[in-house]
This record gives sequence, C-alpha cells and structure tokens, in this order.
Amino acid sequence: MSVNSQDVENNSKSMTSYLSPVVREIQPSGIRRFFDLVSGNKDIITLGVGEPDFITPWHVREACVYSLERGFTSYTSNAGMPELREAIAEYLYNSYDLKYDPKDEMIVTVGGSEAIDLALRALIEPGDEVLVPVPCYISYSPITSIGGGVPVEVETFAKDSFKLKAEHLQARITPKSKILILNYPSNPTGGIMTYEDWLPIAKVVEENDLIVIADEIYSELTYDHKHVSFASIPGMKDRTLLVNGFSKAFAMTGWRMGYVCGHPDLIYAMLKIHQYTVMCAPVMGQVAALEALKNGLREKDHMVESYNQRRRLIVQGLRDIGLSCHDPQGAFYAFPSIQSTGLSSEEFSQRLLMEAKVAAVPGNAFGGGGEGFLRCSYATSVSQLNEALHRMGQFVHKLKQG
Amino acid sequence: MRQISELKLKVLDLLKEDARRDPNLLATLLGATPEEIAEAIAELEEDNVIVKYATVVNSSKLDDEKVTALIEVQITPERGRGFETIAERIYLFPQVMSVYLMSGAYDLLVEVEGRNLKEVASFVSDKLSTLESVLSTKTHFILKKYKQDGIIFEDPEEDRRLLISP
Ligand SMILES: Cc1ncc(COP(=O)(O)O)c(C=O)c1O
Repeated sequence: MSVNSQDVENNSKSMTSYLSPVVREIQPSGIRRFFDLVSGNKDIITLGVGEPDFITPWHVREACVYSLERGFTSYTSNAGMPELREAIAEYLYNSYDLKYDPKDEMIVTVGGSEAIDLALRALIEPGDEVLVPVPCYISYSPITSIGGGVPVEVETFAKDSFKLKAEHLQARITPKSKILILNYPSNPTGGIMTYEDWLPIAKVVEENDLIVIADEIYSELTYDHKHVSFASIPGMKDRTLLVNGFSKAFAMTGWRMGYVCGHPDLIYAMLKIHQYTVMCAPVMGQVAALEALKNGLREKDHMVESYNQRRRLIVQGLRDIGLSCHDPQGAFYAFPSIQSTGLSSEEFSQRLLMEAKVAAVPGNAFGGGGEGFLRCSYATSVSQLNEALHRMGQFVHKLKQG
Repeated sequence: MRQISELKLKVLDLLKEDARRDPNLLATLLGATPEEIAEAIAELEEDNVIVKYATVVNSSKLDDEKVTALIEVQITPERGRGFETIAERIYLFPQVMSVYLMSGAYDLLVEVEGRNLKEVASFVSDKLSTLESVLSTKTHFILKKYKQDGIIFEDPEEDRRLLISP
C-alpha cells in the first residue's frame, strides 16, 4: 500500500532535515493508512471503527450545555475539578475495589491518550525497554519511541485467547526492562485477564521490579467475567499507573476525557508535565464526565448489554463464514483469523473493501502477531452487522472457490 | 400471570426496536436457543404482554394525512363502577385510538383519529359530549408529530463517526 507520508516528504523535502530523527522514523499508523483507502468510498459498511456507535447520552450532553449557559468556561485546577476526582475515586472503589485519594493520586487528563503519554514521559530514561504485549493498541510503541524508550513486543496468541502468559513476558525481560504496558480488555483482540491470569504476571512484575501502565479504558465492556483491575492484585497498586477514561464506557470519545491514578510520587511527576503542556482538561468535558458518573451508569449498562448481543451475532456469523474466531470477552472487537483464505491480512482487508464494500482493519496494523487476523468492530447496528456478515460470507466463499 | 423472566424482558426490548426480528436472530443475540425464544414469545403472546405487532407510520409522509386530536374529558364517576363503564363506552368507538385515565385537571385523555377536522369535530359534539356522564370536553388537535413511541420522525441522530478509527 502506498504511504501518504511519501507525498508529504516530497512537498516539504527541504524541511524534514529539521525534524528529530525519532519523529522522522515514526511510521503513520496502519489504521491511518487504511483510512486513506476507505475515505471517499461510497456504500461502505464499516467494522473499522474503534469507538461506540452510541451518541453520548442526552443527559450528559445537556449537563454540558447547561454548564455553558451558566458560564463554566474557565481553567480548572491542574489535576481536574475536585468534585470530578472525588466521583472517579468513588466509582473506582465501587466498581473495581480500588482506593485512590482524589487529592494526590489522580489526574484528569485529555483522554486516556494523554494519560499514557504522561506516564511514559514521566518514567522513561533514554534506552529503557517498554514491554508491550502484541497485538496491541496502535499508539504504545510510537509514544514509547517518542519518549526515548525502546518498545519490546511480547507476543500473545489466539490459542490462549490472547491472554498474556508469564513465560512469554519473562522471556522478553532484560536488564533494561522498566515498564510493562497492559491493555485488558484488549483492543484489538477483545481478550481479557481474570484474577487467576493476573497472579503469575504480578509475580514477574515484582521479581523484575517493573512499573506497569494499565490501560483499562475498556474496563466496563466485559461480558461473561467482571473486569479485574491490575492494580487490585495484591502488591501491585504502588507499581501501577491505572489509565481509564470516559470514551468507551460512556460513549464520549470526542470529549477527550480520561484519567490516571497511581502512587503520589508518580502522579506528582506526571502533573508537572500535564500542567506545562495542557494546564488542565477542558472544563466542558469535566462537567459532562461528572454527570456521566453521577447519573449515567444505567445507560452504560444498557449499552454494554447491546454490545454483548452484537458480540454473539458477529462471532457466530464469522464462524459460520468459516473464519475461526476466539471468543472475545471484552471491548467491542472480534479478531478472527483469515489465515485459511491464504491471503495476508493487508490483502484480505483491501480486497474485502474493494470487492465487498466492507471495511475492517488488517491485523498487522496492531504490531507483531496481528498478521493473519482482522479487527472487526461490532460497535454498529444489528442490521449493519448482518449486512456486513452477509457480504463477508459471499466474499470468503468466492475466495475459497479459487 | 407467569413470571416475566430476564430473557423475556430482553426479547421484548429487541422486538420493541424491531418487531420483524426472527427467532433465530433473537436467539443469536441473546445467547439462547431458537426453541427458548419461540417459547418465550409464545408465552408473552398468550399472557397478552405482547398485544400486537404494529408498524409506526410517519403519516406526514402520506398524501391522505389523517387528523388526530387529544381530548380532555371530565366525567362524573358512576357509583360502584367508577370510571370503567364510561371508559368502555368511549373506547369502543372505532375512531378512538387510545383512552387513558388521568390524574389532575381532567379524568380521561382520549385520542381520536379522523379523516379530517370535521369528522373529529362531529365525533366530539355528537358522540362524546352527549354521553350522560360527560361533563365537559376540551379538544386539542395535533399539528405535527415530532416523536412517537420513542421514534424521532424527522431527524434521527446520525452516525457521524469516521469509517476507520483506532
Ligand atoms: C486501548 C486504548 N487505549 C486508549 C485509547 C484512547 O482513548 P481516549 O479516547 O480516552 O484517549 C483507545 C482508543 O481507541 C484504546 O483503544
């Protein structure tokens, strides 16, 4: 696939020499590249979207509008509105048995994205190795590199339901290993970790003195098992920076609201970066987030039920088509294998798009171990899902006939 | 009446969204067998929980637009039977779409549909207000329907997401 940055480079050739080598080296994300193909195509059904298909519940939008009418338009304290931090603390305690002090163990951030960036920038010394279980969310490795760290991939496998295994983690550890990024429930695999799954991981973390960035942005979206926060595993709280946010659980991606919790020493360091880069998260988003936590849990449950139904539909549908698919237990992605078709994931996705007008993201966009898979988001309506599955069925049938 | 199980409540939710969903789809969505779904639906129908499978029509899209009025009715309740007899007399008229017993300033709210204004008006003056226990009526014509049965007619919230995102 041709990469757009090529054009960018041509147009501004004289300027690229000014760029930092790290930034120059960073590749545009596989998702972004695929986006260039998709945009402009008409009649496409998309399974390529990494965000809820629900619109933020009306009461949340309305609370924001009302706050604007009342003139809530100024900076808040750097770490975020105290009421919001207290509400987050209460929610984390009720939902995940986590006790954080809203005063000095928490920062409200501009999305979970900023929280991950803050954590890596605060922790990385040049050359530190950051362990990243793959396939994984697209930004961990680039942000690590920007921060001067070295991403080290730890593979996870479909046969293990994409759970992280202690022996695979241990095998990647070197004297330079410092940070482990965990993302369960996982984008793109939908894999989760149970309490029992966590215990051996916690042992490796302890023995190797790692700091963990636990990106639990999908924590509300689990189906047969309740989410277990890594920080709630005995001994792990002080070494964990918990990242979470409102994007996925409350259908609030565009508001850019997230937060990070952890040991006061780490939070203090991150707050320094946060206050000099963004000052504080936008006040409108904070007001909306507070409303979501105070009055939005029922709507959230309703959305989760709806994802669960569609999860059953897509997994069944993909298997009926003849694509093997592990049972995703969290987030809103199915991650079927397309190896049986003999195509690479990039080729499969491109042809699926051109010939069947269904967009899904090739697995290789998510780092090592993603090749041979396809990320299918089921955050879309039942009728769209049915139509997408129908089209994919015909496409795969045609492929297999030769 | 049988206990309403969680499965039945979920079946109801899905059928309220779209009554034409077939039992196989419902079974997949809810992780149940088609037999369990069929049985749940059969019981819901038997118990009159599901009363009818209806189509919500945006009649402003049709040429032969009908006229709908909401009529506030004040009545003298009957000894012994309260409002039941009079409510029944009213709801039996085919023009009457719905009848609700209300708290507050009046007793019954009656929704009437007619081909035109005159038809509704004559129903009110000839049939409704002449009933013995009816004290007074107040007729409100509906000018435009924005939302009905939870469905927004004009501007359903559209999907504004990008086709691909992380
Ligand atoms: C695993 C993961 N982490 C973080 C994010 C970013 O979340 P936010 O919108 O809170 O920045 C996403 C969004 O897709 C994600 O999938």
